[in-house]
Amino acid sequence: MQLLGTQLTNTSALAGNDVATFPDFPAEIRAPRGTRAGVSGFQVQFASEEIFTPGDQLDALVVMNPAALVTNIGDLRKGGILIANEDGFNEKEYKLAKVASDPLEAETIQESYRVFRVPMTRLTRDAVAELGLGNKEAERCKNFFAMGLVYWLFGRSLEPTQKFIRDKFAKKMPEVAKANEVALQAGWSYGETTEAFGLSYRVEAAHLEPGTYRNIMGNQAIAMGLIAASSLSGKELFYSTYPITPASDILHELTRYKNFGVRTFQAEDEIAACGAAIGAAFGGGMGVTASSGPGIALKAEAMGLGVMLELPLIVINVQRGGPSTGLPTKTEQSDLLQAMFARNGEAPMPILAPQSPGDCFHIAVEAWRIAVECMVPVMILSDGYIANGSEPWKIPDVSQYPRINVVHPEMPEGDAPFMPYERDENLARPWAIPGTPGLMHRVGGLEKEDRTGNISYDPANHQHMVNTRARKVAEIAERIPPQQVWGEPAGDILLISWGGTFGACHSAVLACRKAGLSVGHAHLRYLNPFPANLGEILHGFKTVVVAELNSGQLRMLLRAKYLVDCEGINKVQGKPFAVHELVDEIKVRAKALHADAVHQRSH
Amino acid sequence: MTLPVLKAADFASTQEVRWCPGCGDYSILAQMKKVLPDLGVPREKIVFISGIGCSSRFPYYMNTYGMHSIHGRAPTFATGLKSTRPDLMVWVITGDGDALSIGGNHFIHLLRRNLDVNIVLFNNRIYGLTKGQYSPTSVEGQVTKSTPMGAIDHPINPLSLALGAEATFVARSIDAYVTHLGETLKRAAEHKGTSLVEVYQNCNVFNDGAMAYAQEKGQRADNVIELEHGKPLIFGKDRDKGIRLIGTHLAVVSLKDTAIDDLLIHDERDPNPSLQMMLARMRHPEMPEPIGVLRAVAGVPTYDDQINHQVELAKTQRGIGDLQALVSAGETWVVP
Ligand code: SF4
Repeated sequence: MQLLGTQLTNTSALAGNDVATFPDFPAEIRAPRGTRAGVSGFQVQFASEEIFTPGDQLDALVVMNPAALVTNIGDLRKGGILIANEDGFNEKEYKLAKVASDPLEAETIQESYRVFRVPMTRLTRDAVAELGLGNKEAERCKNFFAMGLVYWLFGRSLEPTQKFIRDKFAKKMPEVAKANEVALQAGWSYGETTEAFGLSYRVEAAHLEPGTYRNIMGNQAIAMGLIAASSLSGKELFYSTYPITPASDILHELTRYKNFGVRTFQAEDEIAACGAAIGAAFGGGMGVTASSGPGIALKAEAMGLGVMLELPLIVINVQRGGPSTGLPTKTEQSDLLQAMFARNGEAPMPILAPQSPGDCFHIAVEAWRIAVECMVPVMILSDGYIANGSEPWKIPDVSQYPRINVVHPEMPEGDAPFMPYERDENLARPWAIPGTPGLMHRVGGLEKEDRTGNISYDPANHQHMVNTRARKVAEIAERIPPQQVWGEPAGDILLISWGGTFGACHSAVLACRKAGLSVGHAHLRYLNPFPANLGEILHGFKTVVVAELNSGQLRMLLRAKYLVDCEGINKVQGKPFAVHELVDEIKVRAKALHADAVHQRSH
Repeated sequence: MTLPVLKAADFASTQEVRWCPGCGDYSILAQMKKVLPDLGVPREKIVFISGIGCSSRFPYYMNTYGMHSIHGRAPTFATGLKSTRPDLMVWVITGDGDALSIGGNHFIHLLRRNLDVNIVLFNNRIYGLTKGQYSPTSVEGQVTKSTPMGAIDHPINPLSLALGAEATFVARSIDAYVTHLGETLKRAAEHKGTSLVEVYQNCNVFNDGAMAYAQEKGQRADNVIELEHGKPLIFGKDRDKGIRLIGTHLAVVSLKDTAIDDLLIHDERDPNPSLQMMLARMRHPEMPEPIGVLRAVAGVPTYDDQINHQVELAKTQRGIGDLQALVSAGETWVVP
């Protein structure tokens, strides 16, 4: 057990996490196993930021027998994960642990924790059967099985432990080494392939500032963010959508909050969902629609109308693996270019992307602020990884959020005709809503005459309107926060990332910097327009690397806009980045730069 | 406060009407402008939402709020608007291609939800705006630009479709029969729930006279039957023919040999749409085609009422939501 704890700790540290451990073992070297006194435990906390304690409470507890359960269960937080080796729970073990019956079945346990019974001994035996080990030896590998499962659950890499096993056992006991490796892999695969666990967890790289925290999932945070935006703007939320993985949980969440004035509409299809949201916006409501890539494709024409009508709207894309139906339950970031361009004609929309589950809340508020300020549909690009992942979230003080100012014009004095396409300093047109006397006007998808909003086929007017809609979005760059660079503000390598890969990228940069490399990290939350200072940042680095879970979509945009020869770290496997993958990629670049420098000096 | 008395002219927008001269759309526009002042709804509370097609230019010509949306989707915008603004009177203006082809799905769902809006479906049995392709209501064998050897699709009957969706108000009228059209529009406006009015509309450029049997004054009386609630089904220039239910079929009978008491009595309020469906299926030339209100069932909850009711109920039962409490809910811990 201690060996495994150390492995988990080391692996976590290698992944760029800070770790703190609490080894807890019996005083006797050979304490009677199975008894309460004989329990050997290892508590580890890992996080991507500084941590100073091994944690007061456990998020997950793995127990191999009843004694381990009863002695440690008190530390497991409510709602935490309890994984038990089912094969270690039998009459003999109950006696040793001095419990009357199976403690896993106790109501208090079933209700308070997420209990997973895994027949680890049997599964391990099956996994290593081919290797011809004795029963005892085979069973002994079950701890590595447990480890593999934990590694899967927390997205740890198996590599360091595999290497450890080889180093430690391979020479003296090659078959034991092999069996342990197989068991480790089997545990990992068990987590991966069984439905039981649902999602694996991620270790966030958020700064743990002082404050009150809760756990939050991305879809939950988006739902709350929408409600917050609604409340901050005094606009009741109309959320209209069609069921699709992995966006549906936002709908489920919002249906619970009708007492916040939330109206949810499960439309007949994706198009209707988008149309209804626009209809609500026309009436002065907060219209929001959500889907995943395939549904977003269907909404495209309606979004184009939203751009033309210049009404505020939020469109959420919880991305999944594509194309077509693709990998519905797996994560990917391959809809960025769809968000940018997949509407007929030139129909620019601002695009924001949350970087973590909790950030979904802030992004939702920000999206509505931009939508209202600019009278424009705004796209949020979340992804399956953030949507279903959770993280500790510092509960915001909502009174500190600036209000979102909504103005609906009133009936004008005098006879001057109302100009529905007159613009303010943000190039936004007035949000005049039905019910207001004197402001009756018609909107539609045909090109509008500047100011009057009447139908116009005039060539110069069309040019002007296309330019204006583009400028309206482009100028948002001046009102959003400048891009931050973490680590080196200028230097050798800049890692650029966006969306749900923040944690992995941040951890990778952290690890590289600890290794002495000159690396900066710019994580983009605003993808259209880019922050105004982004070009300058890109030009400050010798190598710019863009890490994304697609084949290079952000990279394409950056190259086109800034004429910077960005390189890509790209992955489309339906899986998030592993930190070590990123670290390796960065190191390769650092080496190349170093080699170049040496080469130049020698000339 | 007394509302200003409005006239038809008050509903005319400043935009020049651009339909072809002689198009049936003009008549529908005129009747709408005539009917609206009688409804006592201020102009700013009225919204016209249309899709795409000749008919869908309609909102531009009304001095109310309006949206000329995208093809087939007008019901979706109307749903979002009316659900959040039940105080508004919302009209959906659509055509046979718009409502029954590209927008068929939305059309059915709008009707079955019983959102309190009024649909006016301009049925000219042709695609006018795209210059003359056959539509889902074009008759079999119809030769058009896209069906040089004749249409092979079986046409959709919008009234049957609406009754199948158990719409609460289903009616038909004719562009040229202006008094009837005006009255039917008025009935539709007064109905609480989704009302559908199919209007036979002549496209004099691409499908001229396709429904002349119903539109022409001289032919109408023998080819259509005007439905009136509680009245026997009688038609004909000399009002000498009637409709009788024989077994499970409707038949045209002569009043010379059938007593009026034996004729079918129209019941627009019957919640069971079966007889109304039989009427809807009467097609020229075998049968006279019904015009007027086929179905008007009152008291069915509307979607907009219910979606708003649930919100009000939740507010009363649970109190108006507190945002800070919402974000702070669940298990929390303090990081010092
Ligand atoms: S094409 Fe036909 S329906 Fe369209 S405006 Fe002309 S006459 Fe009317």
